[in-house]
Amino acid sequence: MKAARFDYHCAGSVAEACQALASHEDARLIAGGQTLVPMMAMRLARPALLVDIARLSELRTIEAHGGELVTGACVRQAQAERDPLVRAHAPLLARALPFVGHAPTRNRGTLGGSIANADPAAEIPLVLVTLSGSVDVRQGDVSAQVAASDLFEGPMMTLLAPTACITAVRFPVWEQQRIGTGFVEVSARQSDYAYVCAAAQVALDADGTVLRCALGIGGATAVPTRLSDVAQALTGRSVTLELARAALAPAIAALDIMVDAHASRDYRRRVALRFAEQALMAACADATAQAAGARS
Amino acid sequence: MSVSLTINGALRELEVEPRTTLLDALRDEMRLTGTHVGCEHGVCGACTILVDEEPVRACLIFAVQAEGLAITTIEGLAPAPGELSVVQDAFCEMHGMQCGFCTPGMILTAHALLKGNPDPTREEIVTAISANICRCTGYGQIIEAIQLAAQRLAGSNMPEGSL
Amino acid sequence: MSAPSSFRYISKPRRVVEDRRFVVGKGHYAGDISAEGMLHVALVASTHPAARIISIDASAALALPGVHKVLTGAEFAEGCEPLMNGLETPAVKRYPLAVGATRYMGEWIAAVVADTRAIAEDAAELVEVTYEPLPFVIGAEEAYDPASPPVHPGHGSNVLLDKTFHWGPVEEDFARSEHQLKYRVVWGRNATVPIETFAVLASWDPWRNVMDVWASIQMPKFADQIARALRLPMTSVRVHQDVDVGGSYGVKRGIKHTVLVAHLARLLNRPVRLIEDRLENMRGGDMHGPDRIFDVELAFNGDGVINAMKMRALDNVGAYAGRAPFQLGKPIGAIVGPYKINSVRYQAIAVTSNKAVEEAVRGFGQAPTNYAIETGVDLVAEKLGLDRIELRRRNFIRADEFPYLIPSGTSYDSGDYHAVVDKVLAHAGYAELITERDRLRAEGMLAGIGVASCLEPSGGNSSFEPLLNEKNTTTTWMESVRINVDALGTVTAAIHTTSSGQGHETLVSTVVGEVLQIDPDKIQVVRPDSIASLPGNSPVGSRMAIMMGGAAFHAAGKLKAKLFKIAAHIFGCAPEALTYESGVVSGAGHTLSWMELVTICHRHFHQLPADTEPGLEATHVFQVPTGVALPKDGRVQMYPCHSFEFHLVLVVIDPIIGKPELRRYVIGHDCGTVINPHIVKGMTLGGIAHGIGAALLEEFVYDEQGQMMSQSFMDYLLPSSHEVPHVEIVHHCTPSPFTVFGQKGSGESGYLGAPAAVSGAINDALRPLGIRMSKLPIRISALSDAVAAATDANQV
Repeated sequence: MKAARFDYHCAGSVAEACQALASHEDARLIAGGQTLVPMMAMRLARPALLVDIARLSELRTIEAHGGELVTGACVRQAQAERDPLVRAHAPLLARALPFVGHAPTRNRGTLGGSIANADPAAEIPLVLVTLSGSVDVRQGDVSAQVAASDLFEGPMMTLLAPTACITAVRFPVWEQQRIGTGFVEVSARQSDYAYVCAAAQVALDADGTVLRCALGIGGATAVPTRLSDVAQALTGRSVTLELARAALAPAIAALDIMVDAHASRDYRRRVALRFAEQALMAACADATAQAAGARS
Repeated sequence: MSVSLTINGALRELEVEPRTTLLDALRDEMRLTGTHVGCEHGVCGACTILVDEEPVRACLIFAVQAEGLAITTIEGLAPAPGELSVVQDAFCEMHGMQCGFCTPGMILTAHALLKGNPDPTREEIVTAISANICRCTGYGQIIEAIQLAAQRLAGSNMPEGSL
Repeated sequence: MSAPSSFRYISKPRRVVEDRRFVVGKGHYAGDISAEGMLHVALVASTHPAARIISIDASAALALPGVHKVLTGAEFAEGCEPLMNGLETPAVKRYPLAVGATRYMGEWIAAVVADTRAIAEDAAELVEVTYEPLPFVIGAEEAYDPASPPVHPGHGSNVLLDKTFHWGPVEEDFARSEHQLKYRVVWGRNATVPIETFAVLASWDPWRNVMDVWASIQMPKFADQIARALRLPMTSVRVHQDVDVGGSYGVKRGIKHTVLVAHLARLLNRPVRLIEDRLENMRGGDMHGPDRIFDVELAFNGDGVINAMKMRALDNVGAYAGRAPFQLGKPIGAIVGPYKINSVRYQAIAVTSNKAVEEAVRGFGQAPTNYAIETGVDLVAEKLGLDRIELRRRNFIRADEFPYLIPSGTSYDSGDYHAVVDKVLAHAGYAELITERDRLRAEGMLAGIGVASCLEPSGGNSSFEPLLNEKNTTTTWMESVRINVDALGTVTAAIHTTSSGQGHETLVSTVVGEVLQIDPDKIQVVRPDSIASLPGNSPVGSRMAIMMGGAAFHAAGKLKAKLFKIAAHIFGCAPEALTYESGVVSGAGHTLSWMELVTICHRHFHQLPADTEPGLEATHVFQVPTGVALPKDGRVQMYPCHSFEFHLVLVVIDPIIGKPELRRYVIGHDCGTVINPHIVKGMTLGGIAHGIGAALLEEFVYDEQGQMMSQSFMDYLLPSSHEVPHVEIVHHCTPSPFTVFGQKGSGESGYLGAPAAVSGAINDALRPLGIRMSKLPIRISALSDAVAAATDANQV
């Protein structure tokens, strides 16, 4: 299981990386490589040129500004998991990261890499979609921002051109004080790609009324799905299990659910409903447990 | 391409094809065969090494990506010839292995865990080693070995973090 | 036989000597070994389940710099013999590479040899194979149908073996029984899948006429088979046995790999190495395990006593014969489990199909059979409304009934099943466990308790071979140990096999140390190569504690006897008057120390009695206890010893999620006298982990097109530490009367009962819904879907 031959270029800047990408028809970026390398080992991926962006320090920063948590695309998942800014400003990301692969793959895998890979069961894309985040993309000399809702087109497919490079990932920062998160997933073995996963982030007021709500489902659909209608229906309400269920049932029933050898369509639908409930209720409980302003 | 990196404390220069994984470079170029080949697609953990003291899978890194990294392999753990580290000794004491094939990866994982968390719960140990598949032991004696190592380290007069 | 408490080293928690090299990464695995000028092999794999090979064009591959050879099956077959067949099926010929036709997806079509493995893989992609697809068959029942396309047309059908045994008055017992029930259970194709794939390095020395082989092997008669296939005398095949094997549990047979690589080494006059990559290993490594459908009928009384069983076992052995069909034979030695079932009809069917080849897997067919039996016992209890454990007690052979002859001809050595069960229930708090289950059920969870009471036949021989193949008259199944005391008085024991984690160096040093009363840590254990070796049969059939332990015991005894003879001669007394204490022989008022005795043996020929060889060495070639006779009337004494295990499991399942959580796992284990407690504990826990994998996660899946869907570790799921619960072990010791210390085997333990217990727990959880899962592995989606369907049906 050895990769096919390729050339390797360690980029010195984003511009150089983009140039290198454009220079060759079969060029590909590598950052952490935790998904790409096994694909290459099995020769399911065979780039002619690998452009390494993992060493670019400008892609490894974590900052909070302008109402967003902005991470460089090459921030390692383990680095984000430990980062106090992430915990403070994108608590759902912090909640989801321990579910991503195993510690050794998180020590190498990057946030941008997981997003670019667009696995429908992957946790980071789900968080990005759920929170309505976006990515900064550079292609040639052009920079653009792409909303998560536009980014994912299907399993392992994004709208990005092969010559595009994600440079940063943006998670909206919620200004509310009492924010709670919930994340659940299932697979035959813990830490495998999820058959279904669900993510929720809610902000409550002092009375437990939902000020803001974000909810998403992964693994069950071709791309991570944000349940905006449900979130909207619950906003301004005090969430109970009955209320959540009533809002979720039609939304989940309307989803176009995937099927594969691991799990049936009915299974994914049932579990999506259950997990959406669980993630929501966990997020509410988490928010309730937060003393106002005490999150660190 | 040439790569220079630090392996078990020594600076090494390597000449490799870009497609050579760090795993193959360690085994074939440097004859450090304690790092084992299990699946070559990042699932089994037999090739676990430490990069900057954190466990990673050597099969998921091309050697050219390792430029400048500080790497520890199983060969770098024993304090002296014939002398075992606390973790290695605890694995022997509890028989935390059978065939020995996953053992180097397990021990490096345990080593990294205890360095960051000297008093792990059983659950934390289980999570740490869940990235390493053992087909022989059913994990019970591995968990006991790590618990014993933690206990011994806590009772030792080694300076903290000098694992 | 001594009482366990009187042992010096046996049963003591001594460190396992092998561990010391493993923890520092200094194990010596086949893949770690390289040779000057070594070349590397990659395989071209078949993309079809069945096809005629029209042509193989290797020109582009050969044009690649660094490529030395592309070998096809046809070329191989010209110079070598086919691999050994267990059954008399001469038309089912098997070579390392497909010859003329391919019979399963992933089969090796050609071998590419190059300077590096990467170049070999590059070249393998360039080999152009033209296929003419042929009809194929994947399922066992379909393959058994005479209308199915035969995998080997020359053989005429897909049936390799179809033999029905009648042991006792089955029809009469069925007629006299108040109740009968029938059921089907399916054991999915899984294997032990070691983390080390198969690796082999071969090097041919044309000046010495020696083929050196380093391989990750666990196989009886390995060198013999290489010699036959390559048409070499056995004196020219030197298998190095001082190679550590990275796990096997039965599957590291690698004969096709080795013969291929050795042939290439001879052909190219260069050392050649093949380390299977994981894809080659999973789809073409010929290491899949049993793939079996059981149809069982049980006849029983209203009080739960089971009188008779009819079992049809249909095994899908894949594309070639090998030894796999014998995995239907070995369970005959424990076909009634621990129960007093009076009569049995057993139909054993092995069929070929267009799946990969089945090989020996831990338990050699016993785990699936135990699963089938235990499922039936649970069903009887359910039908009669009896407690499953009480039902088992009523059917268990009692401690005072041993030796107990079962209908199929094996005499069980010893056991106390009731005592083990009592101990486990007391330890676990069975009543509280039931309360806990019911509390979980009241909370809306599915909760169930699983039990399995199973035997581990041990001390492996091959009595199933003559039983299933009358032309095979093998009854010898030995193991050898040689002990040498050097002129400085230190002790070396030689063993004649590779090990794959069983701790044989520890076993032998412990036994020799026990007999000679020498610290085992001071005893060196070595492994001569196969040419220098005494006969043996490798660690199969849970045999080494019994067989290698037995050989070591007797060799050490011979050595001690020699010391007695010498001392008696010098002291002028009878040997019977002497005593031995830690190497010192005393009697008749005299004493000779160990070093004095050693010096006499090595340097003072003048002090030796007449007819005494100088030096101090002893060898013992040990035959399986209970002898082994040829079968008579379809009955045979299979293995000599029978360990017992009783599993008790509490499982909890969220009815929507469907993921079984093993909340409590207790096993009672009786393998007689334990030689090393660490080793036995590890075998038990590891076997349970394997069994959990078989029950819940692991399966080699083929789709309708005959493509294998679980070729990587992304799809073939090995249990991680998250999936294996903490297991509590309850010990019991019923020594075997047939072994030197009362030991029995433990190498297969856990795996033999865990699948049955986990399945039983899930089915107990599902019982309130009126459904059960009858195929392993039980996948979470299927489980949840079945629950949903039953819930819907119940609501209608």
